[in-house]
Amino acid sequence: MEIIRIDSLSKKYKDSDYYSVENLSLQIFEGEVFGLLGPNGAGKTTLISMLCGLIKPTSGSFTIAGLSYKDTPMDIRRLIGVVPQEYALYPTLTATENLVYFGAMYGLKGKVLNSLVEEGLSKMGLSKFAHKKIGAFSGGMKRRVNLLAGILHEPKLLFLDEPTVGVDVQSKNVILDFLNEQNQSGMTIVYTSHHLIEAQELCDRIAIIESGKVIVQGTPQELIDTTEGARNLEDVFIALTGRGLRDAI
Amino acid sequence: MLYKLGMAIRKELLLQSRDVGGLIILFVMPMVLLITITMVQKGSFDSITGTRIPVLLVDNDKGEIAQTVRKELGDIGSFEVVEKVNGAILDEKEAKEAVFKGDYQLAIVLPPKLSDDLNLHIKQNVDKVMAEFSYSDSDTVTAAITEIKKKDVNLYFDPATQESFKTAIKSSIDKLIATIEKDKVYKVFQEELGVNEEAVFDNGQILQYREIGPEAGRNSLKPSAVQHNVPAWSLFAIFFIVVPLSINIVKEKSQGTMVRLITNPVPYTLFLLGKTFTYLLVSLIQFYLMLLVGIYVFPLLDLPAFEVGHHFLQLSAMALFAGLAAIGFGILLGTIATTQEQSAPFGATFVVILAAVGGVWVPVFVMPAIMQTISKLSPMNWALSGFYDILLRQGSWLAILPNIILLLLFFMLTLLIAVLYDKKKRTI
Repeated sequence: MEIIRIDSLSKKYKDSDYYSVENLSLQIFEGEVFGLLGPNGAGKTTLISMLCGLIKPTSGSFTIAGLSYKDTPMDIRRLIGVVPQEYALYPTLTATENLVYFGAMYGLKGKVLNSLVEEGLSKMGLSKFAHKKIGAFSGGMKRRVNLLAGILHEPKLLFLDEPTVGVDVQSKNVILDFLNEQNQSGMTIVYTSHHLIEAQELCDRIAIIESGKVIVQGTPQELIDTTEGARNLEDVFIALTGRGLRDAI
Repeated sequence: MLYKLGMAIRKELLLQSRDVGGLIILFVMPMVLLITITMVQKGSFDSITGTRIPVLLVDNDKGEIAQTVRKELGDIGSFEVVEKVNGAILDEKEAKEAVFKGDYQLAIVLPPKLSDDLNLHIKQNVDKVMAEFSYSDSDTVTAAITEIKKKDVNLYFDPATQESFKTAIKSSIDKLIATIEKDKVYKVFQEELGVNEEAVFDNGQILQYREIGPEAGRNSLKPSAVQHNVPAWSLFAIFFIVVPLSINIVKEKSQGTMVRLITNPVPYTLFLLGKTFTYLLVSLIQFYLMLLVGIYVFPLLDLPAFEVGHHFLQLSAMALFAGLAAIGFGILLGTIATTQEQSAPFGATFVVILAAVGGVWVPVFVMPAIMQTISKLSPMNWALSGFYDILLRQGSWLAILPNIILLLLFFMLTLLIAVLYDKKKRTI
């Protein structure tokens, strides 16, 4: 059953000459881990920003669990969790204070909230740092708290924008294991990354986006199999998007 | 929703309490500012306790006018007459140099024979009048008239002296000379009438003015620097909340927490209300600290104590609505600005402009007409007028209601613009 349905979605920023997302259609199904891959400036973050309700599309439409932001924005927000690429945390608050605050914004309270925070920190290996300020955390520790803040309310659909960027292998493994566990319990995950091997391991299906359009989609194995000479997803990516730089403003 | 608002306020309070530098800026700096400004301005408002300004006097007259000027200037209480520097009597050139170098604010140079010529001038006029009434031979009077050249009393001012001070000095000297002239006229009349031994004319003033201010109970209230400064500079501090508040919002955007908050199932307004309540609390604490400084610290510094009287609730209400207006502006600035480099200097400069226009530094009534009109648009002026209504004019709740409504409308308008701007921005 589809959880996200995107129909001819386009986005053109006010001062831009080109569409960041152009006439894009896509379906994402419940319970899958879906990877949105593409070079810099391909339109991944713009697409996720629209799906999270941060910016409005220029044209086209999409639904999340059959709901639209136009009609029921608060219902959608209750269903989704967002993990931005930045460490979206207050550096002068402790890990617990950050998580309690973000959890409370989803209506979680009391013992339930406290136990979710404790449990989450424990799974991420951060229990002994629960009452330390985020500002003192390493990049990997911040990433783990950042992820926890997005899933504390156990969303049905989780948007992850490069969740493992800038972390060591150990932190990355903890994060990926945790995501797998969440997915096993029924959470749908939409994920963007430049780590193609990681995406290959984690994702059930992948869409490669170039210039705001989906140029190919399928399971990682399907994409590898249908691309001549490709041994992994990185080969597929290079074959489809080329080796040229994508610098654009 | 109340629970979420409570948690948002808790978070803001935690953030504030962890920012020690910010707390110092919010609470300590305004108190230091209030004390400093009040100490500096003390003399302007309270002439009784004012410091004496040294004034150079070059006496080329050596007559009774010089003596009177010396005595009267000394008696005014605001001036200290200086005629010798390093033990030597000053001449005009030395006095001029000393003033233009900035060592003194003012030099008064009395011309030679000023007393003699003034006496002669008055005597001739009196003789003329007496002749008209046949007390003397008019022909003799006409024949005896000597032409007297006009005398210049030279005033040298330090170029840095403010115009208002110059005007006050000129006015004092004018009054002094008029008094001398008047006394002289009476004296010459007495001499001419041959009643030298005993005063015939009562040359005391029968007109005098009394300054009557509003009264609190049986006590007449005298506005002092303290009664002006505590509300004015408290207001200035309250409006400076614009800077940390706008920075706070810009930080939320730059550190990514705003993204999380926008994707939460809470309206943007709740997020803003969380900040509003927190900063309102901060502004009220600021205000009460300033009151405490005025009441308890000022007397220790030989300044008059701030008198709250029975206006505590009215003052609190005015501070609360002034705080709301400041918060509305801070939220709007934080919403529009994209970097701290934009919000901080703009916020600080704009608050200074609002203060200047609002009459915190210079009273509105002395401003040019155009600025007086503009000042009516400054929320700081609305709040300051409200404070003065309460403290200096014994205004009632009804008197300050228009100010309160204006401040509330300003808050609502700025908040509305911020919400609409944010909504519009996200459609880009």
